[in-house]
Amino acid sequence: MEPIIRVRELYKIFGPNPQEGLRLIEDGLDKDTIFERTGNTVGVKDCNLDIVEGEIFVVMGLSGSGKSTLVRLLNRLIEPTAGTVEVRGRDVTRMSQRELIRLRSEDLAMVFQSFALMPHKTVIDNAALGLEIAGVGRARRRERAQQALEQVGLKAYARSYPDELSGGMQQRVGLARALATDPAIMLMDEAFSALDPLIRTEMQDRLLELQREHRRTVVFISHDLDEAIRIGDRIAIMQGGEVVQVGTPKEIILAPANEYVRSFFHGVDITQVFQACDIMDSENIPVLAPDITVGEARGRIARGTGSEAVVIDAAGRFLSVVQAKRLGELTVDRPASEVAVEVEPVTEETPLADLPGRAARSPVSIPVVDAEGHFRGLVTLPRLVEALDRNRAAATAQGGQ
Amino acid sequence: MEGRINIPVGDWIETAVDWILDNLEPGLDGIAWFLGLLTNSFEGALLAIPAWLLVLALVALSWWRVSWRFGLFAIVALGLILGMDLWEPTIKTLSLVLAATAVALAIGIPLGIAMARSDWVEASIRPVLDLMQTMPPFVYLIPAAIFFGLGTVPGAIATVVFCMPPVVRLTNLGIRQVNREQIEAGLAFGCNRRQLLTKIQLPLAMPSIMAGINQTIMLALSMVVIASMIGAGGLGNTVLTGIQRLDVGLGFEGGLGVVILAILLDRITQSVGQRRRASA
Repeated sequence: MEPIIRVRELYKIFGPNPQEGLRLIEDGLDKDTIFERTGNTVGVKDCNLDIVEGEIFVVMGLSGSGKSTLVRLLNRLIEPTAGTVEVRGRDVTRMSQRELIRLRSEDLAMVFQSFALMPHKTVIDNAALGLEIAGVGRARRRERAQQALEQVGLKAYARSYPDELSGGMQQRVGLARALATDPAIMLMDEAFSALDPLIRTEMQDRLLELQREHRRTVVFISHDLDEAIRIGDRIAIMQGGEVVQVGTPKEIILAPANEYVRSFFHGVDITQVFQACDIMDSENIPVLAPDITVGEARGRIARGTGSEAVVIDAAGRFLSVVQAKRLGELTVDRPASEVAVEVEPVTEETPLADLPGRAARSPVSIPVVDAEGHFRGLVTLPRLVEALDRNRAAATAQGGQ
Repeated sequence: MEGRINIPVGDWIETAVDWILDNLEPGLDGIAWFLGLLTNSFEGALLAIPAWLLVLALVALSWWRVSWRFGLFAIVALGLILGMDLWEPTIKTLSLVLAATAVALAIGIPLGIAMARSDWVEASIRPVLDLMQTMPPFVYLIPAAIFFGLGTVPGAIATVVFCMPPVVRLTNLGIRQVNREQIEAGLAFGCNRRQLLTKIQLPLAMPSIMAGINQTIMLALSMVVIASMIGAGGLGNTVLTGIQRLDVGLGFEGGLGVVILAILLDRITQSVGQRRRASA
C-alpha cells in the first residue's frame, strides 16, 4: 500500500551554517563534534519513514532526540535542511506558501502539548479556529465545531472559556479543534504528556475510540513508552536525531535494534503487549475429527512433540482437548472424544496478562481460536511460563540498574 | 588644559531645525492642520454636549465598567470640577489628551507590530524610544514652538511625541510574548501572515497593548499640562496662571482638576482591558 506520508533522507540542522553541518555529517562526524566545530546542532538526521494510512504511528524518544522537530518538519512549521516529505505523493518541502497553507488547513491538523488554546475565545470558537482561518462562514463552522465537541464529549461546555476547564478538558478542546477540520492526518505533539496519569489514560482511550469510529492517520509524539505501546500500531524510536528502529511494539521488544532501544523497553510490562496468538503453539498440535478412535489418536499424538491433541469439527471449529494420558483409560476402538476435555477457548487477542489465571484453573492447555471459533493453536504451560519468565527477567534487569 | 573640547551638538540640532523649517514647511503645515482639526473637533463635540449630560455619561460609564463605588466617586469628582468652574478647561485638556492619544496610537501600534516582526526594526527603534522617554518633557516644547508657533497644535504635537513610547513598547512586547505553541497552532491550521497577526498575535497581546494604551493616555495627560507653557490651554493653563500670580488656591484647583481627570481616565481605560465576562 502506498504510504500517506513518505519521508526520505530528511535532515534538519539548526545553527549558523546548516549546509556546512550537512557536509560534516556526510563526512561521518557525530553530533557533538559538529556542534563543537561549527556551532550547528543536528536536529534530525537522515530520517526515512513510511507512514501508512489509518495507522497510529508513534515517534518515541527522550527529550532532545529530535521527535518534536521531526513532527514539525512534516507540516513544515520547521524548514528542513535537506530531504523530502511527501504527503499523499506531494512533496511538502517544495510547496509554495499558498499550497502549504492549503495542505495545513485541509489535510494536516495538529494537537499541542500545552493545548495552545485561545484564552479570549469560547470553547466552541476555539474548536472552530481551523475553519475560521480557512474562511468558513460563522454558522457553518460553529455547526462543525459543535459536532467535533460532541465527538470529544464536551457538548455542554461550548460557551465556556478555556480557563474554566480542567487540563484534560482543555486538551479535548484541542482535539476537537483538530477534528473539526476533518483532516486526513493528525499530528499530536506530546498531546497527553501534560495531563495526570489517570486523565492521560482516559484521553488515550478516547483517541482509540475516535479511531474506531473514523480511522485517520495519527502521528503521535511521545516520550512515554506505556503510552506508545498502548496506542501505537507502529513505533519509531529516535535517538540523537536518528530513527534507530521502526516496528510494531512486539517486533521492537522481540528484536531491539541496539542497546539504547533495549534499555528503553526494559521496564515494559510485556504481558500487556503480547497476546495469546504470540505465545501459542500452532504447528505441532495434532487436530482430530470428532469420531476418531483412541488408537488413532494415540498414534497421532505420539508422532507429534506434545502430549495433547485437539478435536475440531468439519468446519475447523474448536471442540475439545484430548490428553495422551487420559487416552489410556479407554480401549483403542472407542472414540477419543469420550475422554476429551471441553474447555472455554480464548481469542487470539487475549492479552498475556489474562492467561496465567486461566492456566491455573484449566486441567489442559489453553486453546486459542479466532473470531469465528476456528482453532488457531494451544497455549501450553511451558510456553506460558517461558513468556512470563522473560518478562520477570526484564523487570529484574531494570530494577538492578 | 588648552581649550576645552566643545562638540557643538546644539549647533547641529539648530541647523537641522532650520533645514526642516526651510524645506518641509508644507508637511509641517499639513500636520498642524490635521492635529488642529482633530483637537478642535473633539473639543467642539464635547462642549456641544450639555455638561450635565456628559457628567451623567461619565458616571454611568464608571458605574458600569468599574464599580458602583467608583460611580459615586465620579459624581462627587465631576461635581467638584463643575463647582470650581473648571469645566471648560477640563474639557479642553480632555480633548487634547484624546487627540494626542489617537494620533499616538495610530502611529504607535503599527510601529510596535513592525518591531515585533523584525529584530532589525526593534533594534533601530528601541534607542529612539529610550531617547523619547528620558528626554525631559520640556525640551519637546522648544522645537514644537519653533515649527508650529504657540497654541494648541504644538502642545498636541509635543504630547504625541512624549506619550507614544509606552504603547509602542507594550505592543511589541505583547506580541513577542505570545506562546510559541499558540503561534504554531495558528500556522498549523493554515494562517497566512495577516491572519496570524489578526487572529492570534493581536488578540493574545491585547492585555499588554491595553496596558500600553492606558500608559500612553496617562503620559498624554501629564504632558498636556506641561504644554500649557506654549499656550496649549486647558487645566495646565489654570495651574500656570496660579504660578504666575503666586495664587496657591488657583494653582491647587487646577491641579485637583488634573488629578480627577487622571483617576477617571486611568480606571475607565484599565477596565476596558479586562474581560467583560463574570469570573464566576
